[in-house]
Amino acid sequence: MTRVVAALARTGRAVRWYTTTLLGDHDYARYVAHVERLHPGTAPVSEATYWRERHAEQDTHPGARCC
Amino acid sequence: MVARTTEPIRTDPDLPPVAVVENGPMPASRRAVFVVVAVIGAVAWSVLALARGETVNAVWFVFAAVCTYVIGYRFYSRLVEAKIAHPRNDRATPAELHDNAKDFMPTDRRVLFGHHFAAIAGAGPLVGPVLAAQMGYLPGTVWIIVGCVLGGAVQDYLVLTLSVRRRGRSLGQMARDELGRFGGVAALVAVFVIMIIIIAVLALVVVNALAASPWGVFSLAMTIPIALFMGVYLRFLRPGRVSEVTVIGVVLLLLAIVAGGWVAETSWGQDWFSLSPVALAWCLAAYGFAASVLPVWLLLAPRDYLSTFMKVGVIVLLAVGILLARPEVQAPAVSSFARNGDGPVFAGALFPFLFITIACGALSGFHSLIASGTTPKLLEKESQARPIGYGAMLTESFVAVMALVTAVIIDQHLYFAMNAPAGATGGTAATAADYVNGLGLGGTPITPGEIERAASAVGEDSIVSRTGGAPTLAFGMSQVLSTVFGGTGLAAFWYHFAIMFEALFILTTVDAGTRVARFMLSDSLGNLGGPMRRFRDPSWRTGAWTCSVVVVVLWGAILLMGVTDPLGGINTLFPLFGIANQLLAAIALTVVTVVVVKKQLYRWVWIPAVPLVWDLVVTMTASYQKIFSSEPRIGYWAQHRAFQDARDAGEQTFGVATSPAQMDAVIRNTAIQGTLSIVFAVLVLVVVVVGAVVMVRSVRAGGLPTTEEPDEPSRMFAPRGMIPTAAEREVQALWDEHARERAGTAARS
Repeated sequence: MTRVVAALARTGRAVRWYTTTLLGDHDYARYVAHVERLHPGTAPVSEATYWRERHAEQDTHPGARCC
Repeated sequence: MVARTTEPIRTDPDLPPVAVVENGPMPASRRAVFVVVAVIGAVAWSVLALARGETVNAVWFVFAAVCTYVIGYRFYSRLVEAKIAHPRNDRATPAELHDNAKDFMPTDRRVLFGHHFAAIAGAGPLVGPVLAAQMGYLPGTVWIIVGCVLGGAVQDYLVLTLSVRRRGRSLGQMARDELGRFGGVAALVAVFVIMIIIIAVLALVVVNALAASPWGVFSLAMTIPIALFMGVYLRFLRPGRVSEVTVIGVVLLLLAIVAGGWVAETSWGQDWFSLSPVALAWCLAAYGFAASVLPVWLLLAPRDYLSTFMKVGVIVLLAVGILLARPEVQAPAVSSFARNGDGPVFAGALFPFLFITIACGALSGFHSLIASGTTPKLLEKESQARPIGYGAMLTESFVAVMALVTAVIIDQHLYFAMNAPAGATGGTAATAADYVNGLGLGGTPITPGEIERAASAVGEDSIVSRTGGAPTLAFGMSQVLSTVFGGTGLAAFWYHFAIMFEALFILTTVDAGTRVARFMLSDSLGNLGGPMRRFRDPSWRTGAWTCSVVVVVLWGAILLMGVTDPLGGINTLFPLFGIANQLLAAIALTVVTVVVVKKQLYRWVWIPAVPLVWDLVVTMTASYQKIFSSEPRIGYWAQHRAFQDARDAGEQTFGVATSPAQMDAVIRNTAIQGTLSIVFAVLVLVVVVVGAVVMVRSVRAGGLPTTEEPDEPSRMFAPRGMIPTAAEREVQALWDEHARERAGTAARS
């Protein structure tokens, strides 16, 4: 029984990890880690600013969606 | 027997290995699994191909498809990898080299698979197979599965591989680099015109699905305020909480579908949301323009989240539904329309028209625009191009097989009542019943009452001549899903659920496509130099607005033409859509073949060349027939002349045209369609001929340099495929330990 519950919990966590990563929930955390790793000493921008910059980038670099 | 060898590859003595090379024969247990898969696949194919007279269960389609994909992926894609792609995981990918945590960023292979799949899959693989079902289930199934394994998936995979070695450059740029300036310009123009026609025809599918359906129009209209709300929420209330807002959006979306049923019952709902096809076409054009000039965060980005979530969800739902409902197939294996080429859904014989009707799902040129440009900038390791490029296309092919299943499990009389143009069915249940009973479909004839009951079961006033594929797919899906979940009481909900998500996919293509085309136009204008250079600045509003207007007018005009076409829009325009898409594939495969020849891989050049030659034969035959056929049903110009002659003879009605104005419309439309066919074919021939010249030059010179970027050693590790091997898990453990040590040192210092 406990094994089934544990397996279900694991599956639940995996689905959650996948959907949240796919949609982009962790993108800001990744960006912060990226700044820390490659540009130590510089402060990362705030989460709101990060998304503003990303959307501004998308404004000028549109990606196609297929039919 | 040779034993398996594993060899870790290091690029830096201070770092753990960045890759593992494993060689040797497959373990016996694994071989046994593939033998079993092959046998099940062979049995499934025999059932599909040899069943005559007895009914076939839809589950056999799933078995035939999945087993073929497993074998194709394990053996054919590995051959392509070993002989052409030559991935090297000690080489840094553009994502690793240019990592900026934005467009370049090493992304987990499973997540990237999801992104790539959401970007390539849309309404195309859902619509084409439904229309192709008029030829019976067998030809479509064979082409979707075999075409994908040997053609479509190879194209996606190799274009991705090329682009990864070229800093993620787009197909247009790669064409210019590899084919020279002239070929490059022809490719760029072709991509632009092809994009316009694809947007127009997809928009036409939406219009046909929603015309005179207040329920559908209400639900789809609600997606716009929902997206705006999501955009504002993410920008100002809770930035970065993407999955949270997506869940809210999906709940609102489901509510909008349910509410649509209530609204369609009220008199004001019917007044407001029963839109004519022409009105809907204008709404779509206005929407496309707005999406092109509004900031991405407000409309496009949130709509994309919804669409991604729905895509994966709906496809899983449909697969589960088919497996649980296990419906019986109603269509014949090969219909008489396949042999005689006189079907009402689209004109022409099986060869070549089946292959251009099922474009996406088997071989889709549009994918090469995503496999170059977006996905390669996110790839962690070169070898992951195989699971992502080849694997995602197999998944899309599977979606197409399921779409075909939903069309062939519907009563065949109903199928043709829904898909024959209004000019043939007369638009009412009574005339439609007469018409389809006269088609010689066999089985029990249908009564007008049965057609009306089928319509009211899904909450619509009429389902006669709802062409374009989307309503038929929704009807079949509602049939499958209501048997499994909720019974007949939910049939209307599932129908509108399916209409809604198809429309949502198409709107995503329409808005993103308009935007991409706008940028292509402004870049090209800017490249002309002089005062035009200003167009290159995307923040120049006048330029953005002008280019958006031009793009929307171009596709909007074709859309309006299709909507008002007396011959029934879809059956005249869909072939152009298919030809355009397949011609784009020809351009992509030409670029791939040129690179393979330049690298002197002559022995394996057939891998991209076979799909290229097949694709050229299909599209050039189809284009030839569309341009030169003397039969008005097939040839645009023959139709044009027939109506012109009737008009000159002073006739007031001709064929399905009931007035001189309608005759003029046919004369004008066929001229435009005929001209477009010529333009497409000529542009692609130019690209292919330039490609052939470059190949000959390369063979004479003993190989030519390609524009591959120089090697940079990788400094990170990721598994080769989707599932890490035992050796790769060990290396991953070394990296985890390395990261802990570094964190420990950093904390002490």
